Amino acid sequence: MSVRTVDPVAPRFARRRPLSGIAASGKYLSLVIASAVVLVPLVVVLFAAFKTHGEYSTTGPLTPPRDWLNFENFATAWSKGHMLRGFWNTTVILVISLVGTVFVGTLAAYAISRFSFALKRLVLGLFLVAALVPGVTTQVATYQIVKSMGLVNTPWSAVVLFLGTDIVSIYIFIQFMSSIPRSLDEAAVIDGANRFTVYRRIILPLMRPAIATVVIIKGIAIYNEFYIPFLYLRSPDLNVISTALFRFKGPYGAQWETIAACTMIVILPTVVIFLLLQRFIYNGVTAGATK
Amino acid sequence: MTVLLERPPSPAKPVPAPRRRRRIPAHWWYLAPALALLITFTYVPVGNMVWYSFHKWDGLDVTMDPVGWDNYVRVFTDERYWRVFLVSLYYFVASFAQIAIALYFAVVLSFSTRFRNLFKGILFFPYLLNGVAVGFVFLYLFQPGGTLDTVLGHLGLGDHTRLWLGDPDVANLSLAGTSVWRFTGLSFVLFLGAIQSIPGEIYEAADLDGANRWHQFRYIIAPGIRRIISLSFILAISGSLAVFEIPFIMTGGANGTRTFVIQAYETAFQFRQIGLASAMAVVLLLLVLLVTWVQRRLLPDDEVSLS
Repeated sequence: MSVRTVDPVAPRFARRRPLSGIAASGKYLSLVIASAVVLVPLVVVLFAAFKTHGEYSTTGPLTPPRDWLNFENFATAWSKGHMLRGFWNTTVILVISLVGTVFVGTLAAYAISRFSFALKRLVLGLFLVAALVPGVTTQVATYQIVKSMGLVNTPWSAVVLFLGTDIVSIYIFIQFMSSIPRSLDEAAVIDGANRFTVYRRIILPLMRPAIATVVIIKGIAIYNEFYIPFLYLRSPDLNVISTALFRFKGPYGAQWETIAACTMIVILPTVVIFLLLQRFIYNGVTAGATK
Repeated sequence: MTVLLERPPSPAKPVPAPRRRRRIPAHWWYLAPALALLITFTYVPVGNMVWYSFHKWDGLDVTMDPVGWDNYVRVFTDERYWRVFLVSLYYFVASFAQIAIALYFAVVLSFSTRFRNLFKGILFFPYLLNGVAVGFVFLYLFQPGGTLDTVLGHLGLGDHTRLWLGDPDVANLSLAGTSVWRFTGLSFVLFLGAIQSIPGEIYEAADLDGANRWHQFRYIIAPGIRRIISLSFILAISGSLAVFEIPFIMTGGANGTRTFVIQAYETAFQFRQIGLASAMAVVLLLLVLLVTWVQRRLLPDDEVSLS
């Protein structure tokens, strides 16, 4: 259960002898081809997003647009796809779920890592086994529960499901908390702090790196989530980014240049976040996936 | 070590509630929200699902008709239901390609390379993208006269163009390819992280002993990342059983691309056969648990690592 972290610093083998000429060019050739395979499908969609309807139907997909400042498709996609509403709904759900996850998760981790009690192994086991249950399989039955609570078609359905099905975060918190020395807690208790004060004043501030990791990986996951909003937020007023884009295709099925613009609107925030937070994202993804 | 902390909270703390019954220990209050959510949204649904799977129910009626094992019999005998398992095989085979590609680039980029961080970023980036956006990008790529056809034309392979998503013979391959495009970055970053956690001195020692690059891969890198590779295979099995987003968004399950989860979704939410859909979900859940159990048996958590 070790967390492997990706080393952000320079390559470890920088001092090693260079490869022979052919091997080196093979290596770079393969890297360039792979990059092209990743980037070309995205770049052609970007091209399409800047083309006018006439231009789109007369030019090939690999031809760059004539006018890189033609933002008309973006404007159409933004207003007709109600993307502002999508971003707003996504943001609301994202913020509430993340704040909730941090508190629910750190409190649970605090109980598990700092208290000893009879049923601890059972509780830990419940969390462990739940991590193995893939969320998509249980939606048939989960839907009935969410429905009986009257939450279907309210943003709360997504919030409680993002909170309730999150076990990886609790793991990350438990793991990080066990690296915080207990002597700190004990000193505070001697100074007269009660257990909740210890959590709030000592543990929570020291948990910042773990909280950042959880916020990043969970934030990306919620932004990209499709199945839960698709199933529970049926009303167009509740469209999040994923479902707004998905439902945009219906009426605009034949106008690829507008769909391309809408797709780019959804991708852009991811690009920005990735460029800004690269290092944290690599670490977070590695920590989250090897659980 | 914990003796001090096991003491009840200091008496100085005000106790607002009247003490008629025994107080619930503090740790249960800390655990309560997480446990309540866990039980409500994981354990109760799993329990209910097993219960539904032995009944015929449309999700609305107040009564459910018990039908014994009928739903399970149907899942395994009706071709419409068991055929979707075969579609998983495409994704399973594709995940081998994914692991191989990811491993190759992880090894290549663990050695000094120009623009290393740029290549790493490019290879990883697709994993972060929104699934619907990925679906649309590839719908655009695969459409007749689209990017793929044009590129094939430029390469002189124009005769090989197909209805990439319309032809049942290749539709699953196209979708599995999209999956590889989307998830290779994750495996790649996991492998790269594992390779970099091998201490550098081991390579230096190997260098002094005259080991070449193949030896280094065979005797240092391969054993060091064995665990993460096996983990990736396990994830590949459960992942390929639970494929949903890409085929649902791109083809809606048409042209023979219906996967297990799409079939379960339609059975439950379009045809309102909750009992039958639950039986499918129980079968899937048991398969995933079985795979995980096998993994735990084969790879105990505390396996010694190189470092």
